[in-house]
Amino acid sequence: MKRLVLIFALIASPLFAVQPDEVLDDPVLEQRARDLSTGLRCLVCRNESIDESNAELARDLRLLLRERLVAGDTDKQAIAFIVDRYGEYVLLKPTVAGSNLMLWLAGPIMLLIAAAVGWSFLRKRSQAQPAGGNDALSEAEKERLRQILEE
Amino acid sequence: MITELGHFALILAFLVAIVQSVVPLIGAAKRWPGWMSFAEPAAIIQFLLVGFSFWVLVWAFVTSDFSLRIVVENSHSAKPMLYKISGTWGNHEGSMLLWVLIVSLFGAMAAVFGGGLPPTLKARVLAVQSAIAVAFFAFILFTSNPFDRLIVAPFDGRDLNPLLQDPGLAFHPPFLYLGYVGLSMAFSFAVAALIEGRVDAAWGRWVRPWTLAAWIFLTIGIALGSWWAYYELGWGGFWFWDPVENASFMPWLLAAALLHSAIVVEKREALKSWTILLAIIAFGFSLIGTFIVRSGLLTSVHAFANDPERGVFILFILVIFIGGALTLFAARAQAMEAKGVFGMVSRESALVLNNVLLAVSCFVVFFGTMWPMVAEMAFDRKLSVGAPFFNAAFTPFMIALGIAMPVGAMLPWKRGKIGKAAFSLRYAFVLAVALALLVWVMQTERSALGPIGLFLGAWITFGAIVDLWSRTGRKGSFQRLFRLPGADWGKAVAHTGMGVTMFAIAGLTAWEVEDIRVAQPGQPFEVGQFTLTLEDVRNVEGPNYFSTTADVLVQQDGRTIGTLHPEKRDYPVARMPTTEAAIDYRFLRDLYVVIGDQQADGGWVMRTYIKPLANWIWGGCILMALGGLLSLSDRRFRVAAGARKAPAGGVPAE
Repeated sequence: MKRLVLIFALIASPLFAVQPDEVLDDPVLEQRARDLSTGLRCLVCRNESIDESNAELARDLRLLLRERLVAGDTDKQAIAFIVDRYGEYVLLKPTVAGSNLMLWLAGPIMLLIAAAVGWSFLRKRSQAQPAGGNDALSEAEKERLRQILEE
Repeated sequence: MITELGHFALILAFLVAIVQSVVPLIGAAKRWPGWMSFAEPAAIIQFLLVGFSFWVLVWAFVTSDFSLRIVVENSHSAKPMLYKISGTWGNHEGSMLLWVLIVSLFGAMAAVFGGGLPPTLKARVLAVQSAIAVAFFAFILFTSNPFDRLIVAPFDGRDLNPLLQDPGLAFHPPFLYLGYVGLSMAFSFAVAALIEGRVDAAWGRWVRPWTLAAWIFLTIGIALGSWWAYYELGWGGFWFWDPVENASFMPWLLAAALLHSAIVVEKREALKSWTILLAIIAFGFSLIGTFIVRSGLLTSVHAFANDPERGVFILFILVIFIGGALTLFAARAQAMEAKGVFGMVSRESALVLNNVLLAVSCFVVFFGTMWPMVAEMAFDRKLSVGAPFFNAAFTPFMIALGIAMPVGAMLPWKRGKIGKAAFSLRYAFVLAVALALLVWVMQTERSALGPIGLFLGAWITFGAIVDLWSRTGRKGSFQRLFRLPGADWGKAVAHTGMGVTMFAIAGLTAWEVEDIRVAQPGQPFEVGQFTLTLEDVRNVEGPNYFSTTADVLVQQDGRTIGTLHPEKRDYPVARMPTTEAAIDYRFLRDLYVVIGDQQADGGWVMRTYIKPLANWIWGGCILMALGGLLSLSDRRFRVAAGARKAPAGGVPAE
């Protein structure tokens, strides 16, 4: 329970995510930092990016990220720097490599399968004979109709 | 004393539910009318018993009966009355009682309003519904009993989580549960039809109102939750792709697919086995949602009191019900052959496309939600799947859906021509493109997101208008417009709502303005077209919290618009601080102000956002729910349902 309260306190704390003293003077660099930090996870929070989070660790990560950018890192290098230290768990957008390919391809593959199934169903329907004979009632249905009429 | 009565009523309801899930099934199999008709009074008695039991729990919260464990853990005598009541379902045990209350509410409603159902189908539906209730009664009574007493009652409680002490969130869970559990009705109908071995147009017509109702409740519930996140969490985010949000979103997507495919069953007697499967899976996702929230398996901001043992129990329920239903489906699906014949281009095929897109998009959300767990277990990779993934992987489906929607809605049944539908939509298309281009030229930054959103929203909205107008006949007439069936209006309004929400999400994301600074009291600063002045910061005492309240004067072009009062609150009992953003709601944009900590130089950290079209997100949701209601009000549902009871000649000639 105590941990839960702590976690909620971190989420709900009125401390802001990005503090005014963190903001870089160069607006272009700052914008890059903001864009990158929406894709990095705050490790002690529940499913929040460091851009949104109020936790101390998120602040440290934001500062670290800005340090790297000021030092002249490209976006890729800065991210790689953080991933090296904190693991791929920090990436909110999983890499498109290795077993993660399954994650990224699952949607498109499923769409192809669903489209193929839907297409074959539609073809079958459009080539089916008009259901003239099928409209006649089966024996059981006739029996039921008789029952209803008698009621 | 009254608490024990409530506990007793709950046990009694459990017993009634057990009998109700067995006797009518045997009756239906053997065609014994007495056994079958047992289901109706049983469903009503079961509902009355759970209703009483739930009322007792509410009463315990209202009177702050601190001899009950969950009242101590989730309430406080100084808490406002509304939150004492909503505290009843703001915790695990109470929310499960609410869940089972709604299961039996739907059962009782089917018993009361199901006059037109064939007796065997009705008996089976009520029995299956009751079997679901049995599982959850057992879950409540054996793992999470809300009527647990404490041996020594403390003087006061530990208060409800302050984040939950909010009008938006007081009603968020009940609506969501009405939606989740409403899908149990579609499930019961599907399983009953499988046992029965027949699905026909009438079945589609009976299932649709229940699905529609569930979908409306889910829409409202999700919208309330997202609105709450917007004004409460302090930075105006409205959707986080959090596992628990996804858990409510997946049933919503499937319910939307289901209510469209049920139309095909009703009108054309096709897509039967798919509709049955969809009904089973949709309820399956409701159970998965409950499992995700209650087990704490996936980390989420919503995971309140959770416990792996309870998760296992729900997983067990999930496996039995969904596994059982799918086995039954595999055995019986062959029996349901499609009857309707239709061309490759027709309303039917458009609805198939709708189902493909909605079902696959739901699959994407599901896969992304579960992937961190799968990756950890199978590949030993600890990774996260967050908002950036879902935005990239999910959005294309919604764009495709938005582009196809107006054309599909215009296509005639059986056989149609794309060209003809597209031709009647030419003005809608041109107007939508023109609007998007205009905005593209006007906006300062060159992001395509806003214009694309506007195009989709306008295309869907104008398309819905053209569609509605075309229903009034070749020439169109206003008189006929208002005599159109509720379903036509419902479709137009709900589709428009979808368009409005899409536009709003794109617009808000593209055109938001943010300002973070240390504001000195009395010194005005500018954000966008507004001038803000921090005038004063005061300490205020609330009923069960202390607040730091700021007065912020907002001016535009030298004219005073108003004073906003953002707050920081501290709830001493729950030892939790919260932010209360001050929002100036306007039609086209919200001004969103948050106050933070005081700095060493006497200034205060302030965050200001201009959030264009924020209201439109929830306005669109309201339109969608309203469209659902209009469709539900269609008299064709009632005529069909009560057809057998209507006396001959009692219906006025038209």
